[in-house]
Parts: sequence; structure tokens; C-alpha cells
Amino acid sequence: MSQVADVPTEQVGDSSYDGLRLRGVSKTYPNGFTAVDTLDLDVPRGSFIALLGPSGCGKTTTLRMVAGLETPTSGEIRLAGDDITYAKPYKRPVNTVFQNYALFPHLDIFENVAFGLKRRKVKDVEAQVREMLALVELDSQARKKPTQLSGGQQQRVALARALINRPEVLLLDEPLGALDLKLRRSMQIEIKRIQTEVGLTFVHVTHDQEEAMTMADTVAVMNAGVIEQLGAPEELYENPRSTFVANFLGQSNLIEGTVVSRGSDVTSVDMHGIGVSVPTGRTHTDGEKGWIGIRPEKVLIGEEGEALDAPGNTIPGGVVTDVSFNGVSTQYLVRMPWGQELAVFAQNTGRTRIFRRGDRVELSWRPEYAFLLDFSQDASAGAQKGD
Amino acid sequence: MRWIREHLVLFLGLLVLVYMFVPIFVVVLMSFNDPASRNVYRFDGFTLDNWTNFCGPNGLCDSLVTSVLIAALATLIATVLGTLAAFALVRYDFAGRSASNLLIFLPMAAPEIVLGSSLLALFVAAGFAGQLGFWTILIAHVMFCLSFVVVTVRARLAGMDDTLEQAAMDLYATPAQTFWRVTFPLVLPGIVGAALLSFSLSFDDFIITNLNAGTETTFPMYVWGVAQRGVPMQVNVVGTLMFLLSVAVVVAGEVNNRRRRATLT
Repeated sequence: MSQVADVPTEQVGDSSYDGLRLRGVSKTYPNGFTAVDTLDLDVPRGSFIALLGPSGCGKTTTLRMVAGLETPTSGEIRLAGDDITYAKPYKRPVNTVFQNYALFPHLDIFENVAFGLKRRKVKDVEAQVREMLALVELDSQARKKPTQLSGGQQQRVALARALINRPEVLLLDEPLGALDLKLRRSMQIEIKRIQTEVGLTFVHVTHDQEEAMTMADTVAVMNAGVIEQLGAPEELYENPRSTFVANFLGQSNLIEGTVVSRGSDVTSVDMHGIGVSVPTGRTHTDGEKGWIGIRPEKVLIGEEGEALDAPGNTIPGGVVTDVSFNGVSTQYLVRMPWGQELAVFAQNTGRTRIFRRGDRVELSWRPEYAFLLDFSQDASAGAQKGD
Repeated sequence: MRWIREHLVLFLGLLVLVYMFVPIFVVVLMSFNDPASRNVYRFDGFTLDNWTNFCGPNGLCDSLVTSVLIAALATLIATVLGTLAAFALVRYDFAGRSASNLLIFLPMAAPEIVLGSSLLALFVAAGFAGQLGFWTILIAHVMFCLSFVVVTVRARLAGMDDTLEQAAMDLYATPAQTFWRVTFPLVLPGIVGAALLSFSLSFDDFIITNLNAGTETTFPMYVWGVAQRGVPMQVNVVGTLMFLLSVAVVVAGEVNNRRRRATLT
């Protein structure tokens, strides 16, 4: 599991850590834009971490600093104990799969894959390249030029070219961005398989939350140059600590609430006159007010007056304003008495009828699924349009 | 009527080809001409004399050697300098870069007669009036070839994806290895193109050359000179040879391309 430390407890310069460690790394460009702001990150050896965030959040800059293609303005990067902050890219045991693959167009597939080995004067290049091409199922294409391959094949060549060097860390910079959806899904599984097989440390940069959650053991959600939250995909999804994470990773209903009391197990919150409770472990604000967060698929929907299977309070007075049925589930928008529209995903189990627009309904949810976020944060931060 | 309408495009195409190839055909034909008189450009009879007695006319071969030598040297110097300049203009941000870009372009835009006469004025002012000849021609040729080399190589470089070099460095290539294994091979087609262009520009040039040649005679100047008294048929042999040479280069390139494509698929 993730052994990633949120706060650095060790001294800077500690060399006993065998993974990749970033401490206080910042990158400010000459034009004054700070892409990465005092970033701390530990990537244990052999793990698969995804840096997830919208474009401009600093994830690619972070990756390029690890690769040596950018120099940090301040901070320290260590790999297996060695300080590599200012090491030249060709002197680091780190390889990158570039977003556009960056295959050498004048060399054939074999020579592309052999490039790193030959530069390091490794023996037995032929056999290793053959083996690597077999791993990515391209053994029959060895003598073709990159432009003669399909996008998915080029992607695999780029992966093979980096993997063959058995780097301490393999960096993947949005490697699947140029592929169509179906191919992307199969490559996600493929890369995950290869990572498990070779056991190398993978750092994967993406803006696709589904991709990050599918592939990585640990996801670091980045926003405006800092890591908002880091953890296992389930942990991030179920217990987000900021509105940005709640909205960027999946979808969330965020409802204004006033804290009534704080107990050892639960925090009681007044939500527009209805008492709701949030587990203490999911309460991420010390303020008087907060955003009560609940995922749409955790919200139960029922007829007015119907007893819903949830120990929490029932919230009456909802009116369905939008219904979209997609077979597996039905997505509703329900206007609440306080004017806010909440999203509800109902599984199509057949136990409840499918509501129509204008129907009066009641909502409820199990208190253990709710979370409470800081009210000073923007409730729409990180929300994706049309997602 | 319908037949004509349907084949009009083909017919016009053939007409254009004929228009383009007639002069070349005449040159090839005339290289086998046995002229009755030097003053009439007319096919009088077939002979191989022009080919076997190639250097017969006084000064023809001397001027040809001079032209080839100047073209080769000018190409070499202009290609090396121009490639270096193109790298500097694309890769480095220095004060006066955009001004340099503009200045590089000027010799291509300026009329040759202006360039030639101002160069002559420069040489004379610098005290080289008595030394006009091989070296002043060479200097002049390097000057105008340089612009074409810079423009050609710069276009190739600017179109190159710079993540390729980053990828090379990421794969343990030192800066020198990155240059020779990745950058140079990718820019090479541009450099070769620039060199070919330089050679033909230099070999061809008359106006600038004529103004700065002193007593030296290049091949175009020779042809111009003898044209007053009737062109010797050997000039057609040179023309034919040059035509065959360029056809050979083009065919070789195409064959090479096709062979590569064939082995790959």
C-alpha cells in the first residue's frame, strides 16, 4: 500500500530512502509564472504513482524536473539516496515516455529501442531488444520506420525504448493522450501489466482521472503547482479533503452547512434546517460553516413519504428537474427546497421506478458516506464541464 | 468532338511538356551536329566529333574547370557557414537575431546587377582592383549562396521536433552524441538540398561573376563571349552532360526512395 508521507518527517538530505524523493521543489519561469510551488513527494521504489491535474497545474513540469529537462528554481530531488537535482538528463537513471512519443524518425524500430543501450555501451543489445519487442508484441515490426506504425504501436515502441534501460524511475508524460478511447483503455491495462511484470517505479502524468485511478496505486491530485491530496484512488475518491479533489475526481454534490457540534465520532451539521452528521475522519474543516459533500451515486432517491433504507435523515421537498436514463443507471437532477440542484445516480436495480421530470421525491444518504470541506474553498473548483 | 473534349487535359499537358523539353532536345541534338558554318545554328550532319574532341574550342575546358572549381569551393564554404548560421538563428536567442534574419534574406531579394556592381565598388575601394579574378568571384559566390543555405537549413531545423533531442538526452546520449546521432541526420536532407542549390546557383551565375571576374573566365562568361562569333557545338555537349547529370541525381534519389519503401513494406 501507499507509504507516502504527507509531511516530510525526515531531514532533507537523508539518503536512506531508496525511492524518488522531492523536497521543497519549486519552478518559477523567467516570466514570473510559478509552475510548481514547494512540492514534497515521495515515490516508493516499485510503485505506480499518477500525477493528476488539469493543464497548467505543474504536473508535467514536475515530471520534466525529475527527467532533468527542467532545472528546479529551488528544492532537492533525490533518487535512491543520490542528489540528482542538477544532474544532466543523460546522467540520470530515469527514462521518459514522451507525450508525442518522440521516436527518432530516421531510425527503425529496432534502433530506436536499442538507442539507450548503445549509448551506455551495454553488451548483448540484440537479444535485449528482441526480448523487449516481444514484451510489447512488436517483434515482427523491428525493421519498420516509426511513421509506418499505427499510433498504438508507436506508443508501445516509446514504452519499450524507455523500459529496456531498466531505469530507477520511468516517467510517462500523458502517454495515451493521442490515442482513441478504446485503444487508450486497452493500453492502460497493458501498461499496468508491464509495470507489474518488470517491477519498476512508474510516475505517470495525466489529466484523465479515470486513467489515473485505473492505473496507479497512488494518485497525487495537483492544482496550481501544489499537491492537493495524495493517496490510494479509493481513499481519494471516498474521502476528498478539498473541493478541488471532490470535483476533479468524479463528481460531488457540495451543500452549504453550519457546524452544530463536534463529537469524537461524528460532526453534526445543520443543512438548511435538516440535521446531518459527518464522520470525524471525513471532517476537513475547523470552521463554523462547511461544504457537506456527497457523491451522486451515494444519494438515495424515493417517493415522497417512502421510508428510504438509510439511517440518516430524510430530506423532503425535492423536485426532479432532469432525467437521463443510460441503461445501467439513471442520472437525476433534483431541485431542493433551498434552490440547489443535486445530482443523483440511481442504479437500475428494478426495485424503484424511474422518476419523471416534475415528480416530487425525497433524498437520503448514509452519514458515513458524507464528507465536510472547508467553506472558504470554491465549491466549483476543479469541476469539469460536460463530464 | 467528344474525344477531344475528354482528352483536352492530356493534350494540354503534353503540349506543356513539349514546350519545356524542346530546348533540351535541341541542345542534345546539336551536340551531334557537324556544322557547315560557325555562324548558322542549324543541323547539317551527324558527327561524334563534338564529343570526342570535347576540349577543342580554345578556352572552353579552362572555363569549365574554373566554373566547377569555384562552384565546388563556394558550395563547401557557403554550406558550412550557412548551416552554422542557421543553427545559431534557430537555436539561440541573441540580441539582433531578428535583424540578422532580415539581413540574411536581403541578398536574395536584391537584384543581381546591384549586388554585382556594389561588390565591384567594394573590391575597388578596398584596393583589389588589380586582383579581380578567381578569388573575388569565389567571395562573391559564397556571399549569395550563403543566404540560400541559411534559408533552406533554417526551414528544416525550425520544422524539427525538439523533443527528439530531449528524448536522445533522456536515453543517455551526451550533447555531442545527441547532435551527431539525432540532430545532424535529421537536418542532413536540408543541408544536402542547400548544397545542390548552391552549386547550381554558383555554376550558373553570370551577372555578378562578370562584374567581378577581372581577366578570369567562367563557363557562362565563355558561352556569352563566343556567342558573338557563333557558339561551338561543344557547348551543347556540356549542356547535355549537365542535363544527364541532373537526371541521374533525380533518378538515383527516386530509386533509393522506392527501394527503401519496398524493403519496409
